[in-house]
Amino acid sequence: MATEASPRSRVSPAPRERAARRARPRRTEGSGRTGPSWRVRLRRDKTLILMTLPALVLLVVFGYAPMAGLVMAFQQYNVYNGMLYSPWVGLANFSELLSDPAFWHSFWNTLLLFSVQMLLFFPVPIALAILLDGLLSTRIKALVQSVTALPHFFSWVLVITIFQKMIGGAGLLPQFLRQHGVANPVDLMANPSTFKFLVSAQLIWKEAGWNTIVFLAALAAISPSLYEAAAVDGASWRQRTWHITLPGLKGITVLLLILNLGYALTFGFEQMLIQRGAVGPNSAEVLTTFSYIYGIVNGNYSYGAAAGLFLGLTSLILILAANRVAHAFGEDGLYRR
Amino acid sequence: MTTTLTRPRLKRTVRSAFGTAPRPAWQERPKPATQTAKGAGIMVILAVVLVPLYAIALTSVSTQASINIAGGLVLWPHGITFTAYSLIISGGVVGRALLVSLIITVVGTAFSMLITILAAYGLSRAGSFGHRPILLTMMFTMFFNGGVIPLFLVVSALGGYDQYWALILPSAVSVFNILVMRSFFSNIAMELIESARIDGASEWMILWRIVLPASKAVTAVIALFYAVGYWNSWFNIMLFMPADSSKWPLQMVMYNYVTEGMSMAGSGITNIGSNLGQQQIAPLSLQMAVVVLTVVPILIAYPFVQKHFTKGVLLGAVKG
Repeated sequence: MATEASPRSRVSPAPRERAARRARPRRTEGSGRTGPSWRVRLRRDKTLILMTLPALVLLVVFGYAPMAGLVMAFQQYNVYNGMLYSPWVGLANFSELLSDPAFWHSFWNTLLLFSVQMLLFFPVPIALAILLDGLLSTRIKALVQSVTALPHFFSWVLVITIFQKMIGGAGLLPQFLRQHGVANPVDLMANPSTFKFLVSAQLIWKEAGWNTIVFLAALAAISPSLYEAAAVDGASWRQRTWHITLPGLKGITVLLLILNLGYALTFGFEQMLIQRGAVGPNSAEVLTTFSYIYGIVNGNYSYGAAAGLFLGLTSLILILAANRVAHAFGEDGLYRR
Repeated sequence: MTTTLTRPRLKRTVRSAFGTAPRPAWQERPKPATQTAKGAGIMVILAVVLVPLYAIALTSVSTQASINIAGGLVLWPHGITFTAYSLIISGGVVGRALLVSLIITVVGTAFSMLITILAAYGLSRAGSFGHRPILLTMMFTMFFNGGVIPLFLVVSALGGYDQYWALILPSAVSVFNILVMRSFFSNIAMELIESARIDGASEWMILWRIVLPASKAVTAVIALFYAVGYWNSWFNIMLFMPADSSKWPLQMVMYNYVTEGMSMAGSGITNIGSNLGQQQIAPLSLQMAVVVLTVVPILIAYPFVQKHFTKGVLLGAVKG
């Protein structure tokens, strides 16, 4: 993300960091011959280690303990016996899961909702960035930017509530339609067949302005002399956009797409969960809500945990693969190569 | 003298009011049609975000009569009243929820910052003992987690069900924020730290007196992101505090009485009214007041977040 987005912030700290790292090993990186022994280093750095402890403890309790708790996916967990005494059932939960049509429905629905959302969402911040970049007035540019980025800081409950009051059954739009002669306007918030477009619209409303910032930074990194030379050679606005602007955005777009792909299966959990009741599980159920509903709400903990484990493992593979691809494109992904 | 000065000065003020940069010499002047389309497009974009917020804010201060005239949300004011807000202030579910949300946000953010700063500094010294394994232990949780159900059981086993700490502790640490902060800390000039150490400063003192003052911006950004996270969190409440409505923070109150209240034929609305001991208040304006209350703190914090906008988005750029 960095290379395209902010060349300055990347270039300046890196050499210094590298220089610092080069300067240190004599004193610190001494597991080998030259440095002090581990005992000395432990004594020297004990305060530093102590400082990381609170975070480590929290991560162990609320990160690793639940991971260990995943063994319940191989049990018939019940609350009275607890994890230690619940009977083992091997892979029974998983074989049940893989033959459960509701599970597969939520799996395909996850992919469907994800692809539709990505397809409709992605062009919007790019278009907005190009529009804003072409404005000469910095005030208007700043105004549009801050107004459109604002909903990024809203919770999903808030965004969905706002949508409901605007286009939902008793909202502003149906109210307007009714006053202008439409007898029974469709409740867009409770219409299963258009749900994928609804969630895309919500995503665009909430996040498009925020994502514009990244693309604007990438646009600022394109040298104006390119545009100037093209214009002198007689290239029109359209040609300049096609041959200079869009290629300049290609790197960051590919990177963001890849990184988003890594989260394909865990995408939009709250958004779907909140609206699941209104449109029904048939169009709103995704893998994450499936795991939560079957596990917690229906009280079938082991079954939900099995779905959760499936979800976690496939997500892990997806994220690692996405980063691999990002590295292949010569980018830093979520982590550096 | 004055007449000759007026024209150019006027032109300049119009220009500077919009902060308009001079058009580059090579760029062609756009056709009026293009210009108009652009302007209209910008208007529409602004309206799509602002009109809903305007309608909600106006409805929250509208009388029942003007809501009846509009047939729902009010776009044109007919009568203004602040009854909804005075009802909320005078007590009841919403007022308490607001207080709970504020406290959770303040306490949670302070706690998260403390832990994040300590961990980030503890890991910031390249080559310090054990920092690689600790870092990897932390980073692994970014890629894989046990999921909702084991987390729920762990927190319940620790007695966190219906407890406020369950809304703070499980999500208190963001490894990503630790990494971001760490990479800022490790870019602080080593000479500063070394000289402080020679002067006899402990690690705690170096962190407090040198490292933190040198990274105010990143600290502010991360604190604001944590705060927004706590303020907006909803699923945590759904998971750990689904039933006890007397303890709910604002997001959960909004979800139940406003979001769900709509589709559930008013059950939520009478609830909120009876809890307040008042029935004559326009329920819609009360609902919208709840929505406004969730937005206002974000609006207050927004200018500060905005100052560091680009940095915030590009935080992902600096990874360890």
